[in-house]
Amino acid sequence: MQAGLSFEQLTNDEKHQHFMDRINRGEKIEADDWMPDDYRTSLIRLISMHGISEIMGALPEKEWVPKAPSLHRKLAIMAKVQDEMGHGQLLLRVAEDLMAPLGKTREDIMQDLFSGRLKFHNVFHMEAPTWGDAGMIAWLVDGAAIISQSMMLDSSYGPYARALKRICAEEVFHAQHGESIILALAEGTPEQRALLQDSLNRWWKSLIMFFGPKSAKETGNSNADKNIMYKIRTKTNEDLRQEFFTKYIPRIWALGLTIPDETIHFDEETRMWVYEDVDWKEFKQIVSGNGPRSQDRLDLRRRSYDSNGWVRDALAAQKAI
Amino acid sequence: MNTESMHQQERTELKELIYQLADDDFILAYRGSEWLGLAPHIEEDVAFSSINQDMMGHASMYYHLLEDLGEGDADRIAHLRKPEEFRNAILLEMVNGRGTYLDKPDYDWAFAVVRNYFYAIHKQVRLESLRVSSYEPLANAAKKIMMEQYYHLMHWEIWFKQLVTSTDDARQRMLIAVDKVWKEFGGVLTLGPSYGEFVKAGLIEDEPLLKKRWLNRIEKVFKETGIELAGEPAIESGNGRKGEHTPDLAEALATLSEVYATNPASGW
Repeated sequence: MQAGLSFEQLTNDEKHQHFMDRINRGEKIEADDWMPDDYRTSLIRLISMHGISEIMGALPEKEWVPKAPSLHRKLAIMAKVQDEMGHGQLLLRVAEDLMAPLGKTREDIMQDLFSGRLKFHNVFHMEAPTWGDAGMIAWLVDGAAIISQSMMLDSSYGPYARALKRICAEEVFHAQHGESIILALAEGTPEQRALLQDSLNRWWKSLIMFFGPKSAKETGNSNADKNIMYKIRTKTNEDLRQEFFTKYIPRIWALGLTIPDETIHFDEETRMWVYEDVDWKEFKQIVSGNGPRSQDRLDLRRRSYDSNGWVRDALAAQKAI
Repeated sequence: MNTESMHQQERTELKELIYQLADDDFILAYRGSEWLGLAPHIEEDVAFSSINQDMMGHASMYYHLLEDLGEGDADRIAHLRKPEEFRNAILLEMVNGRGTYLDKPDYDWAFAVVRNYFYAIHKQVRLESLRVSSYEPLANAAKKIMMEQYYHLMHWEIWFKQLVTSTDDARQRMLIAVDKVWKEFGGVLTLGPSYGEFVKAGLIEDEPLLKKRWLNRIEKVFKETGIELAGEPAIESGNGRKGEHTPDLAEALATLSEVYATNPASGW
């Protein structure tokens, strides 16, 4: 910064340069700091999508909360889903701070969700018809989430990095809870093992999709590249997917399960996993609200929003007094 | 008192009492868990599911006391009894509203608040008495549960007072819920046909005494919020302490045991 000039007197380009210098020095950006508009909008997009995914992500597991097959499992899955809701709340708070200068609130986030403008993770659009799915979601979906979120623990945006720290710590417990369900089924009766294999078959494609397309080519979207430039994230989608394979494929095989992809193998030469890619047009369809359970789950949210309208009015009236 | 020195009759009474305590918490925690993702706002979803989780934990503690008393495996006790073997009050098994938790739920938040608040007051009164129960494991459980119960009671009290003193619409909905709960709350307050034996054995204090304590607290809140007391709470739909129940319980049990019942002998 030039001597004698206050920050406000700088041109936008100079402010931008100053901002990039801070990021490149590894400094954390805080909610009240100056930031480029596209940094703010990238963060709002990423964090509100992450937050609302946690909240929508509670719904497929919710289906299994009352049905969990022992007192211990009932307690564990209740705790787990409560954590997810808590993560959603924490993240929406972070997003709300970023949205405040734009005059937007939580209400806008909810309305964007209902109208389909705000998307949530592909996995939470899918069906979870058996108890095996409750285990699979906690083990592999949460396992995938840990991998993609851990990369952002050092995100340039301080409030997000701090929220992720707590979230990742809890996600580790969730993955253990999931692994414990999976192990019980894997060591159980032939029916229980079949339940498990069936569930893996159902979730595999969604897990590949979870990390997003390899590059902007597949869906014509370059958010990931921008987020890397701004040091919001540090790895590409494919890096993360490969990490996931390295961590989980040996474990899946060790349980005697079959991955529903005959081509999958580790290529010693490229040191990469080779696998059958998915149809990214289908991914786009799913996250646009056309997955098998997208509308049912949105409908649950809308319905509770409508039937609790009187409670919001009552609380608002109380506040006004 | 410990289990060795207990006579057969006393043991039976003790188990009868613990079934009431366990089933009350179990079934209301289940009803609470159906609310997940549907509460009025996200903060409440977090708080309510934490309360339900605590309450399910309390039920689990009681079921394990029953396991220790020779009633068999706690999971089996919780999941595989027939509706008529359950001893919870009917109010606590009643559905949350129209629809199911998976299909078009149209749940009534006023009913949730009133049912949970009135029950939380009763639970507090009951725990204060159980804390000095002659059966030590039960007294110890009560002391542990009270630590969490304090926050549950506070939580529901805030909701109750806020909604009942806010908009006309909210007050109207709350008063309808108070009426509905009042018609069944006698079923929560009763200790069932054996209560005289519970008292003789020093397991818990006298039923009329506990009832009076609950009423005193309710009266105070009603006075504060301008609600008229409509006489004694009734038991309209039957006495759950005698194994009388509604189809709501059978439906709930079928759901909560759906997976376990496919193979109770297997590990899950």
